[in-house]
Amino acid sequence: MTIVQNLGQKSESGIQLPAPQAINGGEAVAYAMGQIDPEVVAAYPITPQTFIIEKFSEYVADGTVNSEYINVESEHAAMSACVGATAAGGRSQTATSGPGLALMYEMLWVASGMRLPIVMHLCSRSFSAPLNILCDHSDVMGMRESSWPMLIGASPQEAYDQAVVMPTIAENKSVLLPVANVLDGFTVTHSVERVEVLPDEVVKEFAGEYEPDIWALQPGSTATFGTLDANDFYFEHKRQQVEAMKNSLEVVRTQLNAFGEISGRPMNLVEEYLLDDAEVALVVLGSSEGMVRAAIDQARKDGIKVGMLRIRLFRPFPVQDVRKALEGIGAVGVLDRAIAFGTPGNGLMQDLATSTRTMPDRPLLMDFVYGLGGRATPKQLFRQAIDQVVTMNESRVEPDEPAYLGLK
Amino acid sequence: MPEQPMLGQPLWQQIQQGGIGVNPGSTERVQTGDWRTEVPVIDMERCTHCMICWVDCPDASFEVANEKLIAVDLNHCKGCGICAQVCPVKCIEMVPDSAENRETTPSDGAG
Repeated sequence: MTIVQNLGQKSESGIQLPAPQAINGGEAVAYAMGQIDPEVVAAYPITPQTFIIEKFSEYVADGTVNSEYINVESEHAAMSACVGATAAGGRSQTATSGPGLALMYEMLWVASGMRLPIVMHLCSRSFSAPLNILCDHSDVMGMRESSWPMLIGASPQEAYDQAVVMPTIAENKSVLLPVANVLDGFTVTHSVERVEVLPDEVVKEFAGEYEPDIWALQPGSTATFGTLDANDFYFEHKRQQVEAMKNSLEVVRTQLNAFGEISGRPMNLVEEYLLDDAEVALVVLGSSEGMVRAAIDQARKDGIKVGMLRIRLFRPFPVQDVRKALEGIGAVGVLDRAIAFGTPGNGLMQDLATSTRTMPDRPLLMDFVYGLGGRATPKQLFRQAIDQVVTMNESRVEPDEPAYLGLK
Repeated sequence: MPEQPMLGQPLWQQIQQGGIGVNPGSTERVQTGDWRTEVPVIDMERCTHCMICWVDCPDASFEVANEKLIAVDLNHCKGCGICAQVCPVKCIEMVPDSAENRETTPSDGAG
């Protein structure tokens, strides 16, 4: 697999690293997939996920990996093929975006309901119509209740790092759920950045071998998958999934820490920026964090005590970590990159409101919708959001309606 | 292997996760014959025991012994009528399901 000839530096943990790559987020994910070398990859091409499967099918064609690549006829079939492959005891992965995820929707629930540890790389994209191929989190919000642990990265480096960690979360015996590695369409998938990769053997050792349970559909197995549950035990099986989702939270924490020790790049369930002395804060998902940081740096120069909280583990929502990070903060601006039409709060706002409602001195919350359909949100707009949150902190009055950043 | 949860009332912590049937044969214990609106009546005098109905039955509801068709499993027959369609000597007739008509069907006594 190693296609990097020149050796780079040694890592803090003493590993001889390959030379850093200049690659985009899609290729970074494909590289991690290649190193993990799952038995089956089934995917259907859709922008902006295309880089991942183009690169991966190149590895397959070149014989760099041993994976079986199934060129399916739709995303519904892609997830179905992964369900079959994983039920048969293999590792399987797929990648998709927005409308592709929508076509997969039925099978998302089948995969999690059958407790199959599939890894999906979701390159976030808006939903049509009107037609739009650019980034927002409509698709992310569309699958948030389907019992998939979801990690959202902010850069090609994080997309790679998370891709290496994902199978170890999914396959943990206390979890056994499919997992999603979310990377923002275009801003991460198509952005060429410096990506430090790990040597093949380090990734292979970290990811380990998938050891399916005794019931895998292999010769001699007497198991049946997809049995009729109806009103007999469906309720109980869903309750089991609640427990598996709960279990996954600490598994994610442990695995991110373990990976951080090897790579020297620590990752947490939530990432904080200048929150220690902050009076107000912005909460964000994904790659917009760079622009939010820039806005915060600027506001700090003007004497505003503002910080940022980025949610990496979006599902299960890390309630305790979020509460701890926001303790002592007077007012919070929640940055939503998707609209939950007709609901009393958009996706992330709902999560923040329910997570903070029992805090003794809960922060006031204000929702900002931004960046729909790939609309660029420059730091001036995030700066406006900061100023509005400061005003709310002074007036102590929470608005009922969200504000729309950069709406014409 | 854990016992199948179909018959007892175990708690959510005690059942096989994913609803995966670990042991085979659980469908035998689930009686689905009551979905039926029509029942097959077989004229056993004309039946040639060619077994085409046995092959085509989607619910494996034809019972066979000593290479002879002997009964229809009315606990599982859903009255789809495929047997009547494929029978080369047309000795199977679909009639409305009733206690009376069921008696004219050679069956294992259930249904």
